[in-house]
Parts: sequence; C-alpha cells; structure tokens
Amino acid sequence: MIRELQEGLFAGGSAEEMINSLFEKIRRSRLNAYNHIAEDQALERAREFDRAPWEGRLAGVPIAIKSSISTKGIETNCSSRILSGYIPPYDAHVIERLKEEGAIIIGKTNMDEFAMGTSTETSYFGPTKNPWDLDRVPGGSSGGSAAAVAAGEAPASLGSDTGGSIRCPASFCGIVGLKPTYGLVSRYGLVSYANSLEQIGPLTANVEDAALMMEAISGHDPRDSTSVKSEGGYLSGLYGGVEGLTFGVPEEYFGEGVDPLVEEAVWDAISKLEELGASWKMVSLPHTKYALAAYYIIAMSEASSNLARFDGLRYGLRLGADQDWHTTFSEIRAAGFGPEVKRRVLLGTYALSAGYYGRYYLKALKVRTLIKQDFERALSAGGADLLVTPTMPFPAFKIGERIEDPLSLYMADVFTVPINLAGVPAISVPCGFADGLPIGLQIIGRHFDEAAVLRAAEAYEDATPYHEAVPKEVI
Amino acid sequence: MAGGDVIIGLEVHVQLNRLHSKLFCGCSTDYHASDPNTHTCPVCLGLPGTLPVVNRRAVEYAIRVALALNCQIQGETLFYRKNYYYPDLPKAFQITQYDFPLGLGGSILIKGEDGEEKKIRITRVHMEEDPGRLVHAGTIDRAKYSMVDYNRCGMSLLEVVTEPDLRSPKEARSFLDKLRNILEYLDVFDGGLEGAMRIDSNISLVGGERAEVKNISSHKGVEKALAYEITRQRSARRRGVAQVQETRHYDELRAITVSIRTKEEAHDYRYFPEPDLVPMRIADWVPKVEAELPELPDAKRERFVAEYGIADDHARSLTSEIRVANFYEVVAKRAPPRLAAAWIADVLKGELNYRDITIDKFSPDHMVEILSMLEGGKITEKGAVEVIRTILDHSGDPSEVTPARVVEAKGLVRAGDDAVKAAVRAAVEESAQAVADYRAGNEKAINFIVGVVMKKTRGRADPGEANRLVKETLDEI
Repeated sequence: MIRELQEGLFAGGSAEEMINSLFEKIRRSRLNAYNHIAEDQALERAREFDRAPWEGRLAGVPIAIKSSISTKGIETNCSSRILSGYIPPYDAHVIERLKEEGAIIIGKTNMDEFAMGTSTETSYFGPTKNPWDLDRVPGGSSGGSAAAVAAGEAPASLGSDTGGSIRCPASFCGIVGLKPTYGLVSRYGLVSYANSLEQIGPLTANVEDAALMMEAISGHDPRDSTSVKSEGGYLSGLYGGVEGLTFGVPEEYFGEGVDPLVEEAVWDAISKLEELGASWKMVSLPHTKYALAAYYIIAMSEASSNLARFDGLRYGLRLGADQDWHTTFSEIRAAGFGPEVKRRVLLGTYALSAGYYGRYYLKALKVRTLIKQDFERALSAGGADLLVTPTMPFPAFKIGERIEDPLSLYMADVFTVPINLAGVPAISVPCGFADGLPIGLQIIGRHFDEAAVLRAAEAYEDATPYHEAVPKEVI
Repeated sequence: MAGGDVIIGLEVHVQLNRLHSKLFCGCSTDYHASDPNTHTCPVCLGLPGTLPVVNRRAVEYAIRVALALNCQIQGETLFYRKNYYYPDLPKAFQITQYDFPLGLGGSILIKGEDGEEKKIRITRVHMEEDPGRLVHAGTIDRAKYSMVDYNRCGMSLLEVVTEPDLRSPKEARSFLDKLRNILEYLDVFDGGLEGAMRIDSNISLVGGERAEVKNISSHKGVEKALAYEITRQRSARRRGVAQVQETRHYDELRAITVSIRTKEEAHDYRYFPEPDLVPMRIADWVPKVEAELPELPDAKRERFVAEYGIADDHARSLTSEIRVANFYEVVAKRAPPRLAAAWIADVLKGELNYRDITIDKFSPDHMVEILSMLEGGKITEKGAVEVIRTILDHSGDPSEVTPARVVEAKGLVRAGDDAVKAAVRAAVEESAQAVADYRAGNEKAINFIVGVVMKKTRGRADPGEANRLVKETLDEI
C-alpha cells in the first residue's frame, strides 16, 4: 500500500491532491474515525513536498495518529473532555521519527477515552463505527486508527497497545496491527495510561507496511529510560517464509467463550502455515487464567497515578469561576472524565491504598512474572519459535451491546492482555470472516523478535486473500 | 532547654544545587535570579506523555553525600511515586525513593550538649525531586489566590533522615551546621541559595506522642521552633493535656508553631515503583565516586592539628567552614601556622560573624601581611585588629586598602623604644598622685599611668611593654 502510494507520488502524482481527496473522504465519512484533521499543517507540508520532494522511507505518505500521541501544534486530547483543546508544545519521539522519514501527519484519530476500552465507545466524542458494519464497534482502544486504515481514510496509522488496543481493532476491522516488544519503541510523548504495559505500534493495510513503519519508529530514545536499541531488519528479512519454523498453539486460547467460527478460521490458518512448510504443536501457558485480573490491577493502579495530573490548572478543561484549589480540581475532574475512566481511577486508587497494596498490586506483579515465564518457556529453544492464537475470541460486537457491562468488555481482552504482561511482540493479521465480519489471527514472538513475527505474518498474508477484502459500506 | 526527656529526630531536605541540570530533565538549575517559570520544559512541567530520565551526575552527588555520612550504599536502588494533589506538583506525584533507598545506616559526629563528641545516627539518605514553589497573594491562610513558579520543580533533593538521637534544640542546630559543613566540603551544595535546605523536625517528650514541625529553612528557625515545642509540650503535660501525633507549621514571624493536621488526617501516598524508570545498580558506581571524595571536616581537623601543630579548638573552628579552612591553609603556608590559626579563628571569624559576611571578603594576602607586621613588631595586636576592621569596613575600591596603607594612614606603626620610654618618663612625671598611690601599695595605680602612656603614643605602644617600662621606672626611682 505505502509502496504503491510512493511510486505514484514519484511518478508525478501530487501529494496535495492525494491528501485533499483523503480529507474529502473523511469529511463525507460516517465512521467518526477522526477527532481532528490537521488540514493546514498537512496541506502545507504536502505542497512543500510537491515543490521539492524529499527522500525517506515514508516520503510523502499521509499518516493518521491516535489522539494519545503528542503532536506539536495539533490537539492531542485522548478523546477526553478534560484534555479538549490541549495542544502539545512538543512532538512524541515517534512523530519526530515519522517526520524524519518524510511522512505527513494528517490528523488525530478517535479512541476510547485515555485508551480505556475495547470498543472506542468510551470516547467523549462518540463511538467510531466499524467500516464492515456501521452498527458495530471497530474495537479499541485505537478504533479510529484501525477504522481509518480499513476504510481508506488513511494509508497507515499509529496506535498504542496497553492490553490489546492495537490488535483488537486491527482484528475487528480486518487490517494488520503490531504491538512491539516492550521497550522497542520510545513512549516519549505517548500520554500514559499504564506505563509498564504499553507500546506504540503501527496499524496498516498489510504486513509489509507494518514492517516499514517499524523500521521508522523503533529504536533507542534517551528520553525513555525503558527504551532499547533496535535490531532492525524488519523489511530485509520479511520475505524469508516460514519453512522450518515451529508454531506453538496454546491450549488455553481455545474452547469456552471462543466463537466457533473464530476457532475454525484460526485452525485453517494453522493448516495454511503447515502447507507453507512450518510445523506446529500444542503448548501450554498455564497462568493465562490469572492474566485478566493481574492486567486490570496493574493497569488501573498505574492509571490512577498517571491521570492525577489532569487538574485543569496548567492546561485542559476549565469550568466557570474558580473556587479554592481542592474544590476546583475536583469539579474539573468530575466534569472532565467519563464513567469508565472514573471507574478505573477509583479501582486503581483502591488497589494502591495502604493495606491493599500487597494484596493487589504486589500480587499482580508476581502473577505477571509467572505469565512472562509461561511465554519464555513456550518460546524457549527446542520449544516453539512463535505462537498462534485468535486475537479476539469473537468478531466485532454491536455498539451498545456490552458497554453497560464492563466485566464482559474486560473479558474480551483475554487473549491480548497476557502479551502485554509478558512484554513480547504480537501481530494481528486478517484470517477470514464470520458472517461478513473480519477475524484476526494473532502471532506472538520472543522478546525483540519482531523480525520473525513479521516474516511469518507476511508469508501467511501472501498465501491468503483476506487482507485484500474491502468493506462495502464505505466504498 | 536540655533535660533528659527530649527526643528529636530530623528529616533534612538538601537541594543538590551545585548540579547544572535538574534531576529528571535537562533544565538549568541556575534559576535564582530568573523570572518565574523560565527554567521549565515539558518534562519538569509534567506535560502529558513526558517521561523522566535520571541525571547520572545527580546520583553520583547523592552517593558522594551518602558516603560522607558513612552510609552503606545499597547495591540496587529504585524510584517510587508518592501520590498527592498539590498545585506545586504538576504530575500529582513526586518521584522519590521508598523501599531500596540509596544509602542506609550512617552517622555524623557533633559536639553534644555536654561538650563531648556525640554520634548522631543517620537512618537513610534518599533522592527525590523538588516540587515547584507557591507564592501566595498575602498570607497563606488569607490569600485570595496563589501563583506557582515551576523553576524549582524537578531540582535534585536529598532527604537525610536521622534516628531520634538529638536531645536538645542546640544539638539539632549543631547537627544541621555540621551537615551543611559536610555538604559544602563535598561541593554539591551552596547553603547560601534560597530554599537550599528545608528541615522537618520530629519532637516528643519521653512517653508522649510526637509532633512534626515541617518545612523550616533556617537552622536558627529550627532551634527556635524546637524550643517553643518543648515549652508547649511540657506545659500541656503539666495541664494534663495529652500530645496527639500531629503535623505543625512554624510561624516565623510570631515564633510559634501551629497545628496543621493530626494523624487521622494523614495522607495515604499510595507509593509504588515508578514504572518509567529502571532500577539502578549503583554498587558499581561507588569506586568512582569514592575516588572523587574530598577530605571531610573531621579528617581535615585532625590533619591541621598534626600538620600545623595547632590547638584542637582552633582546628575545629577553622574546619567548620570549608572556605575558612581553605583560607587558613593558604595563610599557614606563608605565615607562622599557630599565629595564623589564632588570628583567623579568634579574631577574623569573630569580625566576620559580627558583620554577617563570609571570608571571601578578606584576602589571604592581607592576612599574611598583617601577621608578618605583627611578628616583626611593626604593629601591636591592637593595631592588627584595627587593620582587620578597617579593611572589612571599607566600602570603596578594594585595591585602595592594603594593610600597609591602613597602618600608615591611621598611624598604627608601633612606637619605637625611645619614644615609648620618653612617653613613660613624661607620664610618670605628670602623674604624681598615681605614683604616690603606687608607693603606698596600690598596685592598680599603675594602670592609670599606662593609660597616659598609651594616650601619648596614640595607641602605638604595646600595652604589655608599656606596663613593664612603667613598673621599671617606678621601681628605679
């Protein structure tokens, strides 16, 4: 997708025209994928490009950015009322990298408020719709980023993944989404939800674009103490195939609660990988059943601290006349946060409180270690090279179907959160349809082995037609 | 104010203000003369998405202090978040240390209430970031609004916590003086800058609950606040009122403490490890920091006694401030060390204290010159004091004042033997009554005659010498 687009540009196409037609499409769209279009900045940069095209892996490529990633001069509101109107004075590391590679930032996409959700329904700006069925959710929390790419409103986008927030919407919208190894992509500029779990990653139309995006955004950034040097080689090793690789199939990721059509599609995918020369075997990740509980305790605890800074004093929402300090910031927070954010902040505050810290937070950290060991064991030498699972237990559900039942929504993350707890990389690629709705295949790798994850995903994609399907609703 | 029933422990917040940049960002620390909110960046303002990065130099400085306080440096150290809401805290949490602090179990030697050397145990030393500064429009309880200056926000702080080993406000003060002295020796701290040191004091009477008096910035203030607390707690006890565990604020103007909150209202800070920073294996850093460690006050004092043969009291006085110690060493290389010690410790320091100025205002060259004139008999001791005072009080161009010029201008050249002898003869002749009194057995009458000699020589005679000559003359007659 990106390669064709760049070939078009360098064959004399106009970046300005291309971006204008994207904006036209976005304005007509019923998806609500964007919170903000950076029209002036994007067109100005496109005109510059047309006058004197520059080099770069992403030269001239328009890219949409999740609203939780800071963009200098462009509103970054995390789909929350409390950050409405907040314009960062600096670029996130990934934005600097995209610009250095020649990309053009076109706008900020809708998301669950502060990335807290699985459906993009908790956005202050209303839900984003699934391009495959406008009555359904696009997944979340990076729902806008996924819907935009699926519907052709952006060739590629960035999302962030704390417990599945890239892979879930990629799965629901029938595109590719990669959650990199923790530490591979700098988080500098990503508005924190749960620092120890989240990574920025690409949402793209195909695997090659994901590899290209990873070449651009990965690597050490001295401003993020948890970031490490990148091995790179995502593109150069992309077409090596899967011959000789062993895929592990975790028994805990099938069975009860999983839509039979999803299971069937994933088993078909495993057969396809076998056809392509790979072998597979069943493996066990025995602590999977504790993952959701540990994940939500850690994420909510960190969130309760991260979101405390939003008090309206320096930026963000202001109400009428100010009262004393405590009254003022309490009123601003009461008005500025939606119910899901409040729920998580309250639960996280509780979990960290004196007397409960050991019972919840510390215990969750211990579970996290066990889950990490599960993956290390399953992916150890002599074990599997990669794991394959469903990304989500079911396809996209209806808007409003689960939002009143937070627990059932939390359960939807059952196959994505263990990956964040373990810190390993995972990709979701389209692997079929259930009643016209896309299904995602999750491929999980060893720490910093994105190259293998991408190579396997590319081989699978190359042998299957699913990524070429286009949602009818939006054509 | 002593008495065996007083228990005091201190928590001292020390700004490592000799660092060039803040603890978690690259902002300059040189903000004291700048407009508010000019030394800030997205990181120290806690803007959404920013992350802290540890200033390695700050950790080295912190290790330097912990080593100087005889602490055990921990193998691995990590940062925690302390969560609370306050306008001067832009992230609504302070990055600090909790479990696994930098250093544990140290000590400092002070001169105790009884004059003996006393060891005060240090519980822990840990790093944290300084919040911003609130400026209230009016007093804290009456202000219509407050303003926040984030220049200070993110400065490196060290918290030094003592065991409850202090027994009086005076001991608390000498602990703080000694700590400041050590910090200045280490070149990590300038105590002269605003907000450089802030002290929380825990004080209780034996058997009673403790009060914490928070955030006092001067050593004198701590001493006064503690003295007030002892009086308050004793009188409450006499009246049968139980002291409750509480936090109190020291009102400097009224010199009293007032209750802010009781234990029941205490914060739950919800400490947890800072996920944006990784643990630091500081054990590996220690050898490098140790190699950089300068000579500390106690070691310097012992060396002064051994190397220059001076009295321990003089050595203690000279080493109680790094600048004075350095001044002394420059002078002692070029003048008799014992004479220099006496004149710097007993005279110069007193004159500086009286004027509330530092030793930087006085040139070691001048001191050498004065001591040399004194030794050569060119001026008297009285004259030497006069020279020092004149130089310190000189307000114009410093190059205008040299000891030689002062001596000349003020006519302080010690009177020659003939001149003194002539003055003595004249004084004896003029003082018939005193001479008669002396002969009648009143030894004190001699002082009157010496006074006349001093007057006649305009103070340039050595009083001891004049006394001897007067006595000789009287006994000859």
